[in-house]
Amino acid sequence: MEAYTEKIREAAQRLLKENKVDLVMGFQRGTIPMMSQPVLIRKANEGERLHWDSHCGSNLANYLPKRKERIAVVAKGCDSRNIVVQILENQIRREQLYIIGVPCLGMIDRRQVLGALQGREPLSVSETNAHLVIQGKGFEEKLERSLFLQDNCAICIHRNPVLFDELVAEPVPEQTEVDRYEDVKGIEKMTADERWQYFRELLGPCIRCYACRNACPMCYCPTCFVDESTPQWLGKSIDPTDTTTFHFLRAYHLAGRCTDCGNCQRVCPVGINMRQLNKKLEKEIKERYGYETGRSIEQRPPLDTYRPDDAQQFFK
Amino acid sequence: MYVNPADGIPRMAKRAFKKAALIDVLNRLKERYRLYAPVRQNDMTNYQELASGDQADFSASNTRLSPKSFMHPQSLCMFAFGTDKGSDQAGILREVEKDLPRSVVFGIRPCDSKAFQLVDVNFNTPEYQDPWWIRRRQSTTLVGMACNSPCSTCFCTSVGSGPFSPDGLDVLLTDLGDDVVAEVMTAWGSEVLDHADIRGRATDAMTEKATALQQEAERSLGSLLPTESLREKNLNALFNAPFWDDVQFACINCGVCTFVCPTCWCFDVQDEVRNQQGVRVRNWDACMYPLFTHHGSGHNPRHQKLQRVRQRFMHKLKYFVDKYDRGVACVGCGRCVQQCPVNIDIRQLFRLMNDFKG
Repeated sequence: MEAYTEKIREAAQRLLKENKVDLVMGFQRGTIPMMSQPVLIRKANEGERLHWDSHCGSNLANYLPKRKERIAVVAKGCDSRNIVVQILENQIRREQLYIIGVPCLGMIDRRQVLGALQGREPLSVSETNAHLVIQGKGFEEKLERSLFLQDNCAICIHRNPVLFDELVAEPVPEQTEVDRYEDVKGIEKMTADERWQYFRELLGPCIRCYACRNACPMCYCPTCFVDESTPQWLGKSIDPTDTTTFHFLRAYHLAGRCTDCGNCQRVCPVGINMRQLNKKLEKEIKERYGYETGRSIEQRPPLDTYRPDDAQQFFK
Repeated sequence: MYVNPADGIPRMAKRAFKKAALIDVLNRLKERYRLYAPVRQNDMTNYQELASGDQADFSASNTRLSPKSFMHPQSLCMFAFGTDKGSDQAGILREVEKDLPRSVVFGIRPCDSKAFQLVDVNFNTPEYQDPWWIRRRQSTTLVGMACNSPCSTCFCTSVGSGPFSPDGLDVLLTDLGDDVVAEVMTAWGSEVLDHADIRGRATDAMTEKATALQQEAERSLGSLLPTESLREKNLNALFNAPFWDDVQFACINCGVCTFVCPTCWCFDVQDEVRNQQGVRVRNWDACMYPLFTHHGSGHNPRHQKLQRVRQRFMHKLKYFVDKYDRGVACVGCGRCVQQCPVNIDIRQLFRLMNDFKG
């Protein structure tokens, strides 16, 4: 990871010094263990602030839409696919961007690590390729890195950036033996009543803070439907009907656009796995149109184009 | 009445019980009160009404969500009304009666009880008394649990509280391992201990041990965050400080910090009507959201993220300080530090704002 940090700093300083970009978006080391903070660097001599480790789960594409500057952005596989979608949707132009690609071995799920520590507080966390070494008051624990990945990283099949101007390391092997839809298939097998009950329980803890929406690089609407006030479409309380409507509508709005970067689940303060909704729609798009989101800026997304041979089983 | 040697604050009495009897204590209280305590919920701990004493789990340093919803529920139905034009009651608000039996919140941390005192300045003033807040405050007894091992993100001692502070509590419990010392702060607290059948006196040895734990806990919190210059800072200079641009970049303007915060009290009032029956609901709102300040005219004085981020910290660390002269509107619980998805750390804002030259 230190090698990644060095390469990112070097690239940032070079690009700023040569006036190739106006600013660099990356991460700086966080103030608490297993956290990092998105940061914007404008001067080459500030490049030292940049940092990389397995706790850079935020998606920097979230900060791109509508920006006018020439931007260098640090991007993991999923982030790069979000950038592709944003380019396709005219939120940012390819010519504005210099993508510093990061081949990714998956980001760490901080909550899972905290859970495994059973109340003991981590005071410092370091990592090797295979392990996390966690130190706290009176203990040191070595955890196997691969067991503590974010859910979406554990089933990721595009770890390498798909669009980049340079890579900070050699590409990593892609995971091939994963079933991305194991949980979705389980939900599909439920009866309608069971499924409704399942969704109600899944979304029950929601406090309507909208962190999932705000963390999402594809949720860039100038005014989200939940914030419309003339007319107001959705109630503001924690009535389950309103909460469920928010999550379902948001999921549909992301059909064929979500790259499963996992940022929504990562930021949820009450640990809701709303990705299951998005993954069901991802699966539908894949099965009906053979389309995987954000692989190429040459291919239009299926929901904004038409082909005579499109799957049409929904016409009854 | 005696004075705690560790902090010089007078207590009514100190009692003690065996920790092994804790579940029995909770079960006895449950017979008499509506009883809430921290309960494990998947990967987090939150307050929940206890069905039985063995549900309670005091192992977490604090709950994921703050207990503010006991006094300031996220969605509070205040009034009901009908909209049937044919009725002479159309549009007339009737207060929705609330069942507010005597409640006990058991195991609340001193930072969180201090938060209720800070929020009192908004909901219970000489000019305005908010009945919904006040009735809940009055019907709730707070049995606190001292923090023997504060978290590294805790900073209560920097903001006028402490891991053993009795501020806002009716009883302060200290876990000594085998025994629990109960220091009674109010008559409500005394009544709760009576109903729990906690009558044994704490021994001198127990008191000494509690004092040692308090000193150790306070020491473990380390050096204090700077707050001493906040009041004298020029408000406009701070408002226009250049650091806001750097601070705001990472913010995604979600409301996590405000929703988990025990002192964020902002709300919105909405009418919801269905089939000619309406309710007037008070919902949590937050300065992080553009809609919060969106005027009816369409104008929004805080239409940029920077303005909204600045508002939150200025309110907590400057406007509140200036207006009430009782310190910052923060109790150092560290929830926002732990839960902010992009690691915006209020402790850095203390430093930036207090040490700002300009």
